[in-house]
Amino acid sequence: MSVLLDVRALEVRYGGIVALRGIDLHVEEGEIVALLGANGAGKTTTLRAISGLLPVRAGEISFAGASVRRRSPDAIARLGIGHVPEGRRVFTRMTVRENLELGGYAIASHRKVADRIDEVLAIFPRLHERIAQRAGTLSGGEQQMLAIGRALIARPRLLLLDEPSLGLAPLVVAQIFEVLRDIHKRGTTVVLVEQNARAALALADRGYVLRNGEIARADTADALARDPAVVAAYLGGE
Amino acid sequence: MIYTYAFVAIAACVAIERFHNRRAKATIVLLLAAFLAIAPRFYGNDAVFSVLADAAVYVMLALGLNIVVGFAGLLDLGYAAFFAIGAYTYGMLASPQFGLHLPFWALLFIAAALAALFGALLGAPTLRLHGDYLAIVTLGFGEIVPQIFQNLTKYTGGPNGIAALDVPTFFGHSFGASVMPYYYIALFGIAFALWISRNLRESRLGRAWMAIREDELAAKHAGIDVLRSKLAAFAIGASFSGIGGVLFAAKLALVSPDLFGFQVSVLIVSMLVLGGMGNIVGVVVGSLLLTIVNSALLPQINSLVDTAFHTTLDLSNLHFLIYGAILVGIMLFRPEGLLPSRERRAELHHAGEAAVDA
Repeated sequence: MSVLLDVRALEVRYGGIVALRGIDLHVEEGEIVALLGANGAGKTTTLRAISGLLPVRAGEISFAGASVRRRSPDAIARLGIGHVPEGRRVFTRMTVRENLELGGYAIASHRKVADRIDEVLAIFPRLHERIAQRAGTLSGGEQQMLAIGRALIARPRLLLLDEPSLGLAPLVVAQIFEVLRDIHKRGTTVVLVEQNARAALALADRGYVLRNGEIARADTADALARDPAVVAAYLGGE
Repeated sequence: MIYTYAFVAIAACVAIERFHNRRAKATIVLLLAAFLAIAPRFYGNDAVFSVLADAAVYVMLALGLNIVVGFAGLLDLGYAAFFAIGAYTYGMLASPQFGLHLPFWALLFIAAALAALFGALLGAPTLRLHGDYLAIVTLGFGEIVPQIFQNLTKYTGGPNGIAALDVPTFFGHSFGASVMPYYYIALFGIAFALWISRNLRESRLGRAWMAIREDELAAKHAGIDVLRSKLAAFAIGASFSGIGGVLFAAKLALVSPDLFGFQVSVLIVSMLVLGGMGNIVGVVVGSLLLTIVNSALLPQINSLVDTAFHTTLDLSNLHFLIYGAILVGIMLFRPEGLLPSRERRAELHHAGEAAVDA
């Protein structure tokens, strides 16, 4: 397997505050990698830096062998990194279809976008039922599906997911993770930021634990799930 | 008489909003166009068409600002600056000022391009700003541009401006003192502006603007080049007012810095707010209503009051009071404007929905 995403010594600051102090991580093609950690550990910051939404102070980010560090967010999206942001951020006043169409913004052909919308609707039948509804009227779970679906329209090679389970009922979380498994099976590499560490590790191949803007632990998902320290800190003890 | 025209135009706009059938809409548009083109042969006088030509220029300006504010959601409080740039383009290049007498028709395009250029120049350094901050910077720009024209006395005639601008010609026929050519050109201008607005709205760029207006971050995630899209909005919006400026200056045969002050920017924003930001037809209605109030209703009330009480009031001082009252009234009773866009209506009447599970 080849390395799809390679992050080296990544440093990000908000004003004077250091948010990431030299992070190293890599994601291989076809993997699911979980980023775990407490609030404020730097998980979301890491994803936003990869997507070009935050200026990188130092370090290097390369995707499929090419540096993306100085590229704009839209250019990075076009290179094949999809980002499902924290809090979903669907366009609430637009319909489900319009949201999905915007996911295909970088695709020139209308036909192609329409075809891909059909593919995404096959993955999320619920969205199909609600296609003409405004996104603001959807439930939280449906909005999350829409946010994921919108990112999938561009057929990203790498999908960054920020807290897809946030604020959702356990049953809905299970559905979302089922879909992620399915998307992964179709060949998309996934980086998953999650508070719900148990569900994330059950799905992931490997995981990183972030603490205060640094990588505290990196291992296979199985090893992390068995590690007493990780269990105590992030899985609520057993 | 002026009210007949205004009433017909506004009624047609409302009908277009009410009908959902494409053919019905197209029919109304064609009937209205035919009426506006033919009726002047039978009905009206120069004074009426002078007001209507001005109204048409304002409709163009409002449609241009609508692209910036209504479509892309960038609050621009200095839009009159681009109007001034268009007008001064004509003033300086088609007058004895430099002895340059470029043709009116070429200057329509040159002014549009220049205004677009300045739109982009203003946009480039400021588009990282949001909301109130952007409004403040554009407000400043709107103040600076007339000041520059006022103080570059050598080139612009300073506070007196430039007078005796060339009278345009059409295949060798001078427009003369008639206002009719301006009326017809402005009608064409509106048609063109409407056509561009409509197509932009449905275009990729239009959807990018809508996405940016709703959620800039989510728009970036979707692969939209946010800065370039905003810049395009500024440039295209400005180009409309560049054309409007040339028409305005040629008709008046005069440009001076006090014609393009803050009150003009406010007037155009008021037109958008009144009519319904983002909705093309609503914007047309808003700008027609306000121009008629300004140029016909107020002067008439003024003279009525004067004859009745033997006074010499100047109600034009009350314009700001009236805009203020209109803005406050609209905000209280119909914040989405008279004929709002679908999105705007949703935004103001279902704002709670989005928060339910956020």
